[in-house]
Amino acid sequence: MKRNGLSIKTIVAIGIGSAVFVILGRFAAIPTGIPNTTIETAYAFLALMSVVFGPIAGGLIGLIGHALKDAVFYGSIWWSWVFVSVFIGFFIGLFTRKIDIESGIFASRQIIQFNVVQAGVQAIGWFLIAPALDILIYAEPANKVFVQGAFAGIANIITTGILGTILIASYTKTKSQSGSLTKE
Amino acid sequence: MAVEMLSYIEKESPVHRLSGGTKLIIFIMWSSAAMLTYDTRILLFLFIISMTIFIVSKVHIRDIAFVLIFILIFLLLNNIAIYLFSPQEGVRIYGTNHVLFEIAGRYNMTLEQIFYQFNITLKYFVVIPAALLFIVTTHPSEFAASLHRIGINYKIAYSVSLALRYIPDIQRDFRTIAQAQQARGIDLSKNEKLAKRIKNAGAIILPLILSSLDRIEVISNAMELRGFGKNKKRTWYSIKPFKRADYITIAVGAVILTVSLIITFHDGSRFYNPFL
Amino acid sequence: MKQPIIQFENVTFKYRSQQEPTLKNIDLTIHQGEKILIAGPSGSGKSTLAHCLNGLVPFSYKGEMTGSLKIQGQETKELDIFSLSKMVGTVLQDPDGQFIGLSVGEDIAFSLENNVTPHDTMMKRVADVSRLVDMDEYLDASIHALSGGQKQRVSLAGVMVDDVDILLFDEPLANLDPATGRHAIDLIDQIQKETNTTVVIIEHRLEDVLYRNVDRIIVVNDGDIVNDSSPNVLLTSDVLQRNNIREPLYIKALKYAGCLLTPQHGLAHLNTLQTEAFKDKLLHWFEQSPPAKKRTLTHPVLQLEDVSFTYSGKENNIKKVSFSIDKGEMVSIVGKNGAGKSTLSKLICGFEKNNQGKIIYHEKDITGDTIYQRAERIGMVMQNPNQMISKHMIYDEVALGLVMKGTYSEEEIRERVENTLKICGLYPFRNWPISALSFGQKKRVTIASILVLKPEIIILDEPTAGQDFYHYTEMMEFLADLNAQGITIMMITHDMHLMLEYTQRAIVIADGKVTADDSPINILTNEAIVAEANLKETSLFDLAVLTGIEEPVEFVSRFIAFDREVRKAWP
Ligand SMILES: Nc1ncnc2c1ncn2[C@@H]1O[C@H](COP(=O)(O)OP(=O)(O)OP(=O)(O)O)[C@@H](O)[C@H]1O
Ligand SMILES: Nc1ncnc2c1ncn2[C@@H]1O[C@H](COP(=O)(O)OP(=O)(O)OP(=O)(O)O)[C@@H](O)[C@H]1O
Ligand SMILES: [Mg+2]
Ligand SMILES: [Mg+2]
Repeated sequence: MKRNGLSIKTIVAIGIGSAVFVILGRFAAIPTGIPNTTIETAYAFLALMSVVFGPIAGGLIGLIGHALKDAVFYGSIWWSWVFVSVFIGFFIGLFTRKIDIESGIFASRQIIQFNVVQAGVQAIGWFLIAPALDILIYAEPANKVFVQGAFAGIANIITTGILGTILIASYTKTKSQSGSLTKE
Repeated sequence: MAVEMLSYIEKESPVHRLSGGTKLIIFIMWSSAAMLTYDTRILLFLFIISMTIFIVSKVHIRDIAFVLIFILIFLLLNNIAIYLFSPQEGVRIYGTNHVLFEIAGRYNMTLEQIFYQFNITLKYFVVIPAALLFIVTTHPSEFAASLHRIGINYKIAYSVSLALRYIPDIQRDFRTIAQAQQARGIDLSKNEKLAKRIKNAGAIILPLILSSLDRIEVISNAMELRGFGKNKKRTWYSIKPFKRADYITIAVGAVILTVSLIITFHDGSRFYNPFL
Repeated sequence: MKQPIIQFENVTFKYRSQQEPTLKNIDLTIHQGEKILIAGPSGSGKSTLAHCLNGLVPFSYKGEMTGSLKIQGQETKELDIFSLSKMVGTVLQDPDGQFIGLSVGEDIAFSLENNVTPHDTMMKRVADVSRLVDMDEYLDASIHALSGGQKQRVSLAGVMVDDVDILLFDEPLANLDPATGRHAIDLIDQIQKETNTTVVIIEHRLEDVLYRNVDRIIVVNDGDIVNDSSPNVLLTSDVLQRNNIREPLYIKALKYAGCLLTPQHGLAHLNTLQTEAFKDKLLHWFEQSPPAKKRTLTHPVLQLEDVSFTYSGKENNIKKVSFSIDKGEMVSIVGKNGAGKSTLSKLICGFEKNNQGKIIYHEKDITGDTIYQRAERIGMVMQNPNQMISKHMIYDEVALGLVMKGTYSEEEIRERVENTLKICGLYPFRNWPISALSFGQKKRVTIASILVLKPEIIILDEPTAGQDFYHYTEMMEFLADLNAQGITIMMITHDMHLMLEYTQRAIVIADGKVTADDSPINILTNEAIVAEANLKETSLFDLAVLTGIEEPVEFVSRFIAFDREVRKAWP
């Protein structure tokens, strides 16, 4: 159904995906023990959606999901970090287009490819873009925002590496079984 | 008990009567102005207008108290963090050094640092009422229509509407799933080791995510059956037409944005420096 | 003769991922203004047939379709989903997928918005249609705040705004309480009469649909149409029984009594039934059936004392509920949609914390215990199986609870899991991914995952919703066996016959309060309670009254005892 632009399924994926991002971001953040640093399961989910539905959906889920989360739970929007979410969603989607989830194959080659992409994209996002924007928009001290970005980045890259891989593998498995099952 | 979140608060006020499109445009202009400027005079001016509009809107502080408390705590922590990381930032920016008292090493208290951190905090205080007001005075149904009105593709506008529609549903699912897993011995609290906690979180978010992906299928079928996306255009049931008040509001907003940018940038620096 | 509006000619359809076709050589003609009921076991292809009409097959669910399907004379293959949606309005099986708008008005207007209808016209049309389904006062209400029955009305209005010629309902009654189900059928009937649309209803609850007139019943089994006749003709045959569809209970009773049924007896409704002809035989059967056995009770295992709870912090959703359950009892909890039944079960398991009152387990106060501490003694199977499943493979899912305990060896776990899988009829599938199972099988996986932990009390939230009669019997007999071994069972249900058949006691919840606590039959014969809690008398009782049997209550009990014996002999 590729009628003027985005398919209905992509639209719905953006809507529902944003809602899930909001909920994961608010409720499924795991404290690490380091103050103010949490493990954000939402980025593992964002990576899954980008891989499955592509860069446009990934970027928009990052935008809508993150902006809504900030708005409804915290009453104001931290645009610098929202932008990082958009960046991550878009570029993970863009660079993993060769991974064809619908075919049901997500083996070591694809796993490595996915993780190289997610680690690279997130590193740029958290280590460079987030601090740069914080300085630009809020004129916050450079060393503060770079340390914050580094912590967030490392935590998110590891979480996405573990959880994101598990998520994509599980989703792929639900796609793969076709006529191959027999009763024992 | 469910965690509170901000949502539309029904009231009869001039702010509520404005079209959602107007409020969205103002919100965007307001955030841009507040983001770009560091000029204390402009920030104070914007802050006063913010507060005035807030009073006009008849929204009670207690309705949004839970968010305000959160924001105040955040600002406090943020201020402490800025000071710990960079106690000389103010001196660096304003170029003068008025020491009030010494603490230890490079940690002293300067007028410049206090003024700098005051500005950062003020900036948040300018943006926050605008964002809060936008959220609590715009009905979510109207929100998508407003996005479409300011030129965003209607399909993308609709996906925002879907997100708002499904946040409560997904929140409910999340709780139920978490409870069902806890009943079988899965612990998400701090009692567990970190690696185990990540794994356990997986046991909860995996069913949530897989069932949400199924949901995408069901909903896109339902929307297709009811003709979504068949035309290039679309009309909206819950749209508020633009009235005179809307045009005036937008014009005033545009003037304020322009003036504040001119004042901010006319001397080539975003900062207003009272120390020179 | 009326115009044919839907014509299937030799239609075969195979889903892309399947090896065998799901629909096989379907020939079926439906005429303008007819009302058709489609019945058949779970997985027989009913929804697939419906999807051929609205275009989801083959446009959204891909596969190979051969033969010809014409709607209003047009070949569907040459149309697209949008032109089909102008002719066919669908109310989908999953009610949560049906609602797209935030508020009632917005949802009803959805397809008008997509048609670029001008704002004024749209407002007027929505007002008209909402008046027709009696929802005009709720236009601004949010969908979440509606009861099950009101949601049904909104979904109906949502497809009616479009002036469609065919209305298609896929299991409209699942999850509705009996009285609301009746309203839904009434509403569909009224709308069909007023607008002369063609109506197709898919439903397991045959007796409930037959509450209003139906022109023809189509029975589908394994992708074939095995029956196409008027209700009066169908009910004389054994087609329903052979295809695992539950017959209307009064018909079943007549058959047990050995009455010879003919289409002239007005079988489709109790009020058209020619009871004179059956009186003697029925009375005779009643007198020679053995009286049903009664059970004796033991000591309390679970007690609730003045338990109250609120979700919102304002009004209480559960209001001072007290009751006591004895060890070895099998109790049903009934009441209208939104009464608080599921909430009550969550309080017992600790998913929510009561803000008042005590919960006592074996004389020990467990009000302060955590979810996990309670889970060792009380197992709960939730209304929606998807919310409980977290593993990919069936075996792992059932083993999860034992593995998490960490005190069992791998051998022990394997043995216990395999035994439980055998009991639940899932052993042949143990190495399948859960996603390959039907809805009913999934529900059984969640039951197995609780049973394997051997709790002393099991709470099941609507265990039989959406199941066909065969699986219904299989599962309920298994629970009855467990109960006989001393496990206490509480069941939340909207199925009045289930309550009568399997439980000795029923607790009625209305508006967060216990309004009755008695034997099921006493509850169903108390008109005030039935009306207040949206329950429904069974047609067996009415049949007994109509045929002049003096002890209708005893008649119902004897029927149930007899019927269960018959079904125990099923393969
Ligand atoms: N999307 C699909 N992809 C592949 N096979 C499918 C799909 N949907 C259904 N099937 C197959 O078609 C069969 C019939 O499914 P259908 O949903 O039509 O059953 P049904 O009669 O409506 O059952 P129920 O009463 O449980 O709703 C199923 O057994 C399944 O094997
Ligand atoms: N998570 C929740 N948050 C807020 N309100 C809720 C929540 N769950 C249920 N409610 C409300 O509590 C009341 C009781 O709901 P509950 O689910 O217990 O009903 P029920 O008797 O199980 O109904 P049904 O037969 O439709 O399943 C309803 O009015 C419902 O709207
Ligand atoms: Mg079906
Ligand atoms: Mg319930």
